Amino acid sequence: MSLFLIVALPFLGAILPGVMIAAGRQTCFGVTFMVTLTAFIGLMTHLPAILAGEVITTGFEWLPLLGLNVTLMLDGLGFFFATLILGIGLLIIAYARQYLAREDNMGEFFTYLLLFQGAMVGIVLSDNILLLLIFWELTSLSSFLLIGYWKHLPEGRQGARMALAVTGMGGLAMIAGMLILGQIVGSYDLSVILQNRELIQADPLYVPALILILLGCFTKSAQFPFHFWLPHAMAAPTPVSAYLHSATMVKAGIFLMARMWPVLSGTPEWFVIVTTAGLITMVLGAVIALFKHDLKALLAFSTVSHLGLITMLLGTGTAFGAMAAVFHIMNHATFKAALFMSAGIIDHEAHTRDIRRLGGLRKLMPVTFVIATLASLSMAGIPFFNGFLSKEMMLEEATKTVLFDTWWLVPALATFGSIFSAAYCFRLIGHTFLGPVRDDYPAKPHDPPAGMWLPPALLVVLVVVIGVAPFLVQDFVFLVAKAVIGDVAVLETKYIKIWHGLVPALFMSIAAVAGGLILLALFKPLLRVWDTTPRPEAKAIFDALIAAVVRLARAIIAPLHDGAFTRYGAIFAVTVLALGLHAYSTGTLSAATRDIQPITEVAAAGWAMLVAAALGLVFLHRNRLLALVLIGIVGLMVSIGFVFFSAPDLAMTQITVEVVTIILLLLALNFLPKRTPIESTAARRLRDGAIAGVVGLATAALTMHYLLRDSVAQPISEFHLANSYKGGGGTNVVNVILVDFRGFDTFGEIIVLGIAALLIYALTETLLSGPARARLLNRTPDQPRAGDMHPTMMVVLTRVLMPVVLMVGFYIFLRGHNEPGGGFISGLVVSIGVVMQYMASGFGWTSARLRYPYHGVIGAGVLIAGLTGIGSWFFGKPFLTSDFTYVRIPPFDEFELATAALFDLGVFLAVVGAVMLSLESFSRLARRAHVAENEHAMGIDPSRDDPPDPADPKAQGGH
Amino acid sequence: MEFLVASAIGIMTAVGLYLVMRLRTFPVILGIAMLTYAVNVFLFASGRLTIGAPPILRKGIETYADPLPQALVLTAIVISFGMTAVVVMIALGAYLGSDDDNVDDAPEEDTPGKGDAA
Repeated sequence: MSLFLIVALPFLGAILPGVMIAAGRQTCFGVTFMVTLTAFIGLMTHLPAILAGEVITTGFEWLPLLGLNVTLMLDGLGFFFATLILGIGLLIIAYARQYLAREDNMGEFFTYLLLFQGAMVGIVLSDNILLLLIFWELTSLSSFLLIGYWKHLPEGRQGARMALAVTGMGGLAMIAGMLILGQIVGSYDLSVILQNRELIQADPLYVPALILILLGCFTKSAQFPFHFWLPHAMAAPTPVSAYLHSATMVKAGIFLMARMWPVLSGTPEWFVIVTTAGLITMVLGAVIALFKHDLKALLAFSTVSHLGLITMLLGTGTAFGAMAAVFHIMNHATFKAALFMSAGIIDHEAHTRDIRRLGGLRKLMPVTFVIATLASLSMAGIPFFNGFLSKEMMLEEATKTVLFDTWWLVPALATFGSIFSAAYCFRLIGHTFLGPVRDDYPAKPHDPPAGMWLPPALLVVLVVVIGVAPFLVQDFVFLVAKAVIGDVAVLETKYIKIWHGLVPALFMSIAAVAGGLILLALFKPLLRVWDTTPRPEAKAIFDALIAAVVRLARAIIAPLHDGAFTRYGAIFAVTVLALGLHAYSTGTLSAATRDIQPITEVAAAGWAMLVAAALGLVFLHRNRLLALVLIGIVGLMVSIGFVFFSAPDLAMTQITVEVVTIILLLLALNFLPKRTPIESTAARRLRDGAIAGVVGLATAALTMHYLLRDSVAQPISEFHLANSYKGGGGTNVVNVILVDFRGFDTFGEIIVLGIAALLIYALTETLLSGPARARLLNRTPDQPRAGDMHPTMMVVLTRVLMPVVLMVGFYIFLRGHNEPGGGFISGLVVSIGVVMQYMASGFGWTSARLRYPYHGVIGAGVLIAGLTGIGSWFFGKPFLTSDFTYVRIPPFDEFELATAALFDLGVFLAVVGAVMLSLESFSRLARRAHVAENEHAMGIDPSRDDPPDPADPKAQGGH
Repeated sequence: MEFLVASAIGIMTAVGLYLVMRLRTFPVILGIAMLTYAVNVFLFASGRLTIGAPPILRKGIETYADPLPQALVLTAIVISFGMTAVVVMIALGAYLGSDDDNVDDAPEEDTPGKGDAA
């Protein structure tokens, strides 16, 4: 199976559980399982090639200028991790099927789980580090959703936020580190980076890059001092803990350290940072784990400890250390996932995870007892279990590692950690399962159904098989270790054996087990000491840190962002002005190259009207109706200006838009106050006037400046003029640009227009279903109403005009390609025709005659335009390539048929739909409770204050 | 002629900006509409001013107005209608919801802990 498919399958499959949950939980589980199984089988098809030592790569260039390519690589290491992710994923999905309660939304859970799975597989198969970073961030996000899955639990939400904050910050640091790495090498492809060890380690930026990348790895893998988020993430459902926090996500940091091992390791910096962090984490995690009473918290800290162990092994920088690390990753994933699932079973059946309330479960839950005990013994490092093998390799490596010039430091700490590690494993067995049966469990414990214990049981079988017969997996471990090491060091093929002879590691192992038993015997006095010792609480520190950051952000934002929009406007204008002045004073001013054209009387008259209306607006804007009239004058003058300066299409568009805008504002004014009160002081008005005046002056100067100069570069307009007829088949160049040259732009714009209209519709719906609804229905108009809501003259006139308007619209549409006109303009013209019906005959009457909803019209428009564009694919041309031909149907003249006209039809429909949907939404607000819908046009308004004179024949007209 | 256009753009900008800095929604909307005119004409003027030569191809005629800014402004005009409509709707919703058409937020006391809750 293609590597692309393996990565994409979980992502594509992620929509299935959410959809299939409607078909029942079993179906939902089934599809999720099948998705992962398919990906798993797909991965396994590559097994022969991997075993033969091949590296499978595939990919294509995505954003080559950024160096971001979708390249995937499957080698031993990637295969190993992908197997863990998908294989354990299968077990977790089966386990979660039983674990999730009836009230948990299983579809949501499995959707998140598959998203996470896809992101993880993406990390381990990426060959491009930028691509890897994308998947890296995706795991942070999807794990956030999974940890916070139980949204009703505050611990879950807090734990999810903490995990996101810590791993997200680390991810940001890692982005920086990876970018530096890419800059050093000159490529973002792992396969290239991994070949450049000397180049990277000799670079002065090696240390910053190393620290930044390690920050990402340490936060993700919960290494000291970032270990604290992992225990808090335990508020997640147990399948999540078992999956993310034992086998997969926390191993992502380890994976990356292993992946980068050939180029980053081997330096003193790497050795000191990574080994020290790992060692501290290992010891700290083990000590804390012993004193945790919550089963999952104990396992969480034990995971922290084991991750520290693996980190330390990678830190030593030797081939043997890397091999031990790989082997321990495998072993830890098997026994720890089994233990988490066992803890989940106990929680599920006994309704508590508190060790102090448990004990004696051996007799009540024999199956769980066997599973958990075998896994724990492996974790404690007892012979004939897989944990023993890798732990002894760790101890052996520890004896050879000298940190800070002190030969005994690493072995002593490793043994110390192992003692505590053994102790908490024994405590887990002893205090949960052994001892007398109690009678005060919160629920009667019993073994779960097979679906729940089979997945951990399978893992425990692996634990024992690897422990007894390590030669079965040792070739595979060598293979993966070789993939980690690359050609940096030589791996001595040393067989993984249970018995090595009387080596120091054996004595350390014996000491660990014996020490662990002693610690458990002394547990009660030790716990008292532990409880009385003051310790820094990581969560309190973290919360204080976050609070400090929030305060800092508030202190910066509050003075700048105080909700006074008028102030923002003023600040913005002044800033732009200052920038413009800076450009003006530092740039050079060229001489004018164009002549000034003489002013004609007509133009001067139009200018005078525009200026008078604009200035009038400043002084008269408090009377809102008058302001609308004035702004209408400005719009009209602008349209005439467009005609004057050879832009007929613009003029037609402007004037039609003007009409619908004014209608829209009138509709809004129906609800708003009719006057604007005087609130600002004279000083403030003066200040605003001064700012506005200066900005206006600057704008005028800027315009004047470039109107008198020719463009610096050759504009592309010449190309459009030359090719409009030849290539686009139209003589109206503006229209050809819209529907042909820049058709893709236009396509985007009609979509934006449609979205705007839908937004207005949605806002109206929200308003009408909210508290404003009662007010709207019961409001009394603040202006006297006309007695005849629908004047006869207007009704008759608009109806007569309607066919004429439609014909004009049709004509403007048809001629658009060659003469001024086109889809935009005819759409607006037809909209005005329909709006006239609403205004004259009323909402009810018009709506009743409406065949197609406006949403549909918008959709049809966008669809027609889009399909026209797609149509060119069938001829092997790019999207929206146009074609045209000339046909002649006798008795008519020859005429042109262009695909662009079909596209223009889409534009037309989208414009009609969007304009009408907006206006219709506004007018829906105007309907009132006590005014009946008019079924007939030309009705009277019975709600009017002064009842019309019954003798007046006009008032009864139309009924 | 250039002066007329430049000064008209300047005046429309000034009036629009002044209105945008008013305290109620309706004048602000009118101000945005005025700024829209100014910006559209400004963009249009980037094709320089040409009288009596619309970009409709005719046999034997060689000079035409620059069609590109016209095409760009045409869609800008239509989009600005959509934008105005949305802004008006938001203003209307705010007014109907709170019986208040002030643009600025009333200065409120900073409540610590707001938004911190899980």
